[in-house]
Amino acid sequence: MTVADTHRAVEAVWRIESARVIAALARMAGDIGLAEELAQDALVAALEEWPRTGVPDNPGAWLTQTAKHRAIDQFRRRDTYQRKLEQIGRDMELRQEWAEADLDDHIGDDLLRLIFTACHPQLPVEGRLALTLRLLGGLTTAEIARAFLAPEPTVGQRISRAKRTLADKRIPIELPPPAELPARLASVLEVIYLIFNEGYAAGAGPDWTRPDLCQEAMRLGRVLAGLMPAEPEVHGLLALMELQASRLPARTAPDGTPILLPDQDRSRWDHLLVRRGLDGLRRAEELGTLGPYGLQAAIAACHARARTPQATDWPRIAALYRLLAHLTPSPVVELNRAVAVGMADGPAAGLALADTLLTERTLRHYAHLPAVRGDLLAKLGRSEEAAAEFRRAAELTRNDRERELFLARATTLDQAAT
Amino acid sequence: MRYLVTLKVTAQPDGPPPADLMDAIMKLGQEATESGSLLDTGGLAPSSEGARVEISGGRLIVSDGPFAEAKEMISYALYEVRSKEEAVEWASRFVRLHRDLWPGWEGEADVLRLFGPADFAPPA
Repeated sequence: MTVADTHRAVEAVWRIESARVIAALARMAGDIGLAEELAQDALVAALEEWPRTGVPDNPGAWLTQTAKHRAIDQFRRRDTYQRKLEQIGRDMELRQEWAEADLDDHIGDDLLRLIFTACHPQLPVEGRLALTLRLLGGLTTAEIARAFLAPEPTVGQRISRAKRTLADKRIPIELPPPAELPARLASVLEVIYLIFNEGYAAGAGPDWTRPDLCQEAMRLGRVLAGLMPAEPEVHGLLALMELQASRLPARTAPDGTPILLPDQDRSRWDHLLVRRGLDGLRRAEELGTLGPYGLQAAIAACHARARTPQATDWPRIAALYRLLAHLTPSPVVELNRAVAVGMADGPAAGLALADTLLTERTLRHYAHLPAVRGDLLAKLGRSEEAAAEFRRAAELTRNDRERELFLARATTLDQAAT
Repeated sequence: MRYLVTLKVTAQPDGPPPADLMDAIMKLGQEATESGSLLDTGGLAPSSEGARVEISGGRLIVSDGPFAEAKEMISYALYEVRSKEEAVEWASRFVRLHRDLWPGWEGEADVLRLFGPADFAPPA
């Protein structure tokens, strides 16, 4: 193996192990920033040592041990940390007693604690996203910046500010008490789904999707499903992401233009993800009543099960949207319901529902309201009005590809009108 | 990116695999699943229960197993990872278990990338 090969191998081990290493260190050090620094030091040591010695059989344990030793050295050198040294030293002795069997339980709890802390509601949303990708995903600041199309210093600041907030507010690295669990879990799920959506429907910029972020979000979802197997919404979210991501291969034409659901070549869907998504949804249903993510997964499943667009069970989708609107009332959900009703009961019924949203302040700049109305008007043969709606949608969207799509519809409708 | 890892055995001691090995394989599989990397896996019955369909000299020939070659494919695993090295690392852990827990076992794991949507994307 060349040095470059070993570096790539170390990087791979880091990707696999870093979250667990940081999680274990965070429990011992009681501070996420310090834990990450120690883990980074261990990574540097690995990059120096492994090219000579080869990658050890248990690289995760090597990294954790090395980081622990460095922590002790560091604390020894600083008298002011004497108390901490004792604390860590004592902890160290305890750790030596770890049996193989309960090591895994610890790792699981450590990881969960780290996830809940990184997604703490006291942190701003961008801070939660960046910290989660950094600590749980093992991504570098530069990679996160690229993924979010943000300048690297900005992302670096978000991360350091989030760490400082956790330290300043003395937020303990622990599992939320039962009473807080639903709200805290909601924050974790929200962060994962925001990462997914950032990749799936890139809000701004030249690309329609950034699949790497989708992969990372699904990976986090799978980690969480392993750690909290009894939570229906965890499976619901994972199923939702897998079902949506199953369409990624069919969602973009070779020239980069988006292909909408009814026009997609369904044979190009990722059927492994479809199967996994449907399995996950079933698990969520078995565990209890579907929550917002589970319901959205159930809606995505209606599409996934339909071999042709014509075979889509639109009445069921409309009914599921009604349940979703009941759980999480929102104009956007209502707009989606309008689309489903338009398919189930005809465009006039859909348009009537969509029109009730015209006075919604929150949808005033939402490109999809005019786009949906445009589509329904087109189906009713009102081409001129439809074209105007698509032009309005094109003005509102921040996504370049989407703008092209809307303008193309407007042009086609103009031709139909004349 | 997705990688298919196939495990082939070239030599193994008589008798069933040790229980320790099976436990360790289960544990590693669980770890890989919970890390979000392992999407699918399965063990393969001996080729004596299978068949081969081949085209040779323009003729289609179906022959029942066992296959003649020394390497018997015994399992596959499908990983979703961020680099080839990650897939290699999982495969290494998997074969290392065989080395450590079943003395005399010899075999190989092929790590092969599956084509994905990115392979069919237009040049950037």
